[in-house]
Amino acid sequence: MTRQAALPISVRQLTKRYGSLTVLDAIDLDVRSGEFLTLLGPSGSGKTTLLMMLAGFVRPDCGIIRFGDADVVRLEPHKRDVGMVFQNYALFPHMDVAANIAFPLKLRGVGKAETAERVEQALELVKLGGYGARRVDQLSGGQRQRIALARAIVFEPRILLMDEPLSALDKQLREHMQIELRQLHERLGMTTVYVTHDQREALTMSDRIAVIDHGRIQQLDAPHVIYDRPAGRFVAEFIGESTFVTVDVTEDDCRFGDVSLILGETPARLGQHELMIRPERLSILDGKQSPDINVLPATVRASIYQGDSILVQTLLADGTAVSVRASASVKPPAAGEPIRLGLRAADTYLLPDGAGRA
Amino acid sequence: MTVIAAPNAEGLRRDAAVERLQLFALGGPAVLLVIVTMIVPVGWLFWLSFLNDAGEFSLEHYRRMLVQPSYGRAFSLTFEVSFLTTAICIVLGYPLAYVLSQLPRRAANICMIAVMLPFWTSLLVRTYAWLVLLHRQGVINTWGIKLGLWEAPLPLVHNLNGTLIGMVHIMLPFLILPVYSSMRAIDRDYLKAAANLGASPTRAFWLVFLPLSLPGLLAGSLIVFILCLGFYVTPAVLGGGKVTMVANRIATDIELFFNWGAASSLGVVLFVLTGLILYAASRLVRLDRLLGGGSH
Repeated sequence: MTRQAALPISVRQLTKRYGSLTVLDAIDLDVRSGEFLTLLGPSGSGKTTLLMMLAGFVRPDCGIIRFGDADVVRLEPHKRDVGMVFQNYALFPHMDVAANIAFPLKLRGVGKAETAERVEQALELVKLGGYGARRVDQLSGGQRQRIALARAIVFEPRILLMDEPLSALDKQLREHMQIELRQLHERLGMTTVYVTHDQREALTMSDRIAVIDHGRIQQLDAPHVIYDRPAGRFVAEFIGESTFVTVDVTEDDCRFGDVSLILGETPARLGQHELMIRPERLSILDGKQSPDINVLPATVRASIYQGDSILVQTLLADGTAVSVRASASVKPPAAGEPIRLGLRAADTYLLPDGAGRA
Repeated sequence: MTVIAAPNAEGLRRDAAVERLQLFALGGPAVLLVIVTMIVPVGWLFWLSFLNDAGEFSLEHYRRMLVQPSYGRAFSLTFEVSFLTTAICIVLGYPLAYVLSQLPRRAANICMIAVMLPFWTSLLVRTYAWLVLLHRQGVINTWGIKLGLWEAPLPLVHNLNGTLIGMVHIMLPFLILPVYSSMRAIDRDYLKAAANLGASPTRAFWLVFLPLSLPGLLAGSLIVFILCLGFYVTPAVLGGGKVTMVANRIATDIELFFNWGAASSLGVVLFVLTGLILYAASRLVRLDRLLGGGSH
């Protein structure tokens, strides 16, 4: 299978209401051509509805969906020419593997010899060469996933949609498939919209992530921006672990209780702000000082041995509980002992006001 | 102290045997009933069919079936009527089951009650009701002529037409139920996937939906066909003596000629033919699914 021109997707004002419930609230979204974009959100956020609208299975109340230049919002699903991998794979149980993959080719009137060739190519691509004669119920979950993928790309669609395709797999296989899907995307280069509620999956695979909640895009950015510079409390809490403390910003200082903090970026306004602390960015300081590391004094509540590391549960000066990992090779601090936690200035990030949009 | 090789083995084995026996005892009354009311009488009829009028062993009854054309006619008519009934049931029932399967579950359940209603009415009552509706001065003919739809009364009853109308009416639920349940079991994602891969609704139906509903359709058709083979009341009442199926022939043999042997042999042949059809069908459809789909 060859690399081909991908199509950009452009969504404008896409809205869906069920009675008083707004599932999608005037969504605007641009997926660049060839991009791997993930729609990430909790269940009920509207991410699946958005994907189903791209595929044509859910009719929006209003809005525009463009594939390239064409508005497809009123186009029937079978005319959209997009590949889709379903959550439960939806492989036809009355057909063998080869017939499943050949299905879209058959509908497009591709000749017998070419069909056989392309089916085998697709099977090779998902590393299941020679599986054509198998029955669907003879396949493992991971194999079904690959066949569903092969079926979705065999007709060389320029847009590929995936609806939580890895959610039914066990953790190890899931992590393996994440990397494989990513590599496949790099080879084929089709514009891909991927839905998941698994933040790690989103961070691992995506070029950009659109975090969705309550039918709105809360933030659309590259994974590291989403993680390090969340646009609001929801994104910060949904992705990764985080603790928030209140800090006070004045003209020339940012204070957390008695401690003065050096910030990565200056906030837009003065007054009270929320400081986001990612526990894994905290370190336990020994004697040394460094000008670009903020020092947060804390008290140890307990040290818990966990094999690869020690989990040190501490209380910050304002009483906020934070857990820090320490190397298992050092002597664990005892309960009640004072301790100094270090946070690099670059990681000292104040949440912007509101649920800002990208 | 002596060491026992397998402590408690004997007692545990006995416990298991008792448990099995208790379980079997639950099914006992039903098994007994089947033996007394089914196996014994059928065995007795089987035995009778091989006895001639003098009470000696003979194949006379079976020979007569081959020689006398009226018997052959009864069999071919039985299969013809059963086949036609099944075909009409499929034509009427499959689309209806499809509509029901696409409705929301609550609405479908309400409609299903409507389908089931005939089940709760006596077969005899329904058959005579059709007689009232269909005969020359019946409701349908009177209204049809009054409205000027046709001139002379249509021959709707006392013939094959009436028999088929009555039988289809009785058999339709037996087809709809298994078809409906097999259609309900089809994941809608299959149809979405078909559409996504480029199949128009029509092609998605032929390529995906129909093949997936086929086991239910085969099961339903088989149930209808086999039940039709043994029909008696409907052809007797609505056929007006012109539709002599095997069951009617059996009744004539007993009522008119008091020939239990001849009647029994007809029963045996029908029984064996039905068994053969079931066997052939079981190679096509899994029988457990047939029974599962037919439960209601």
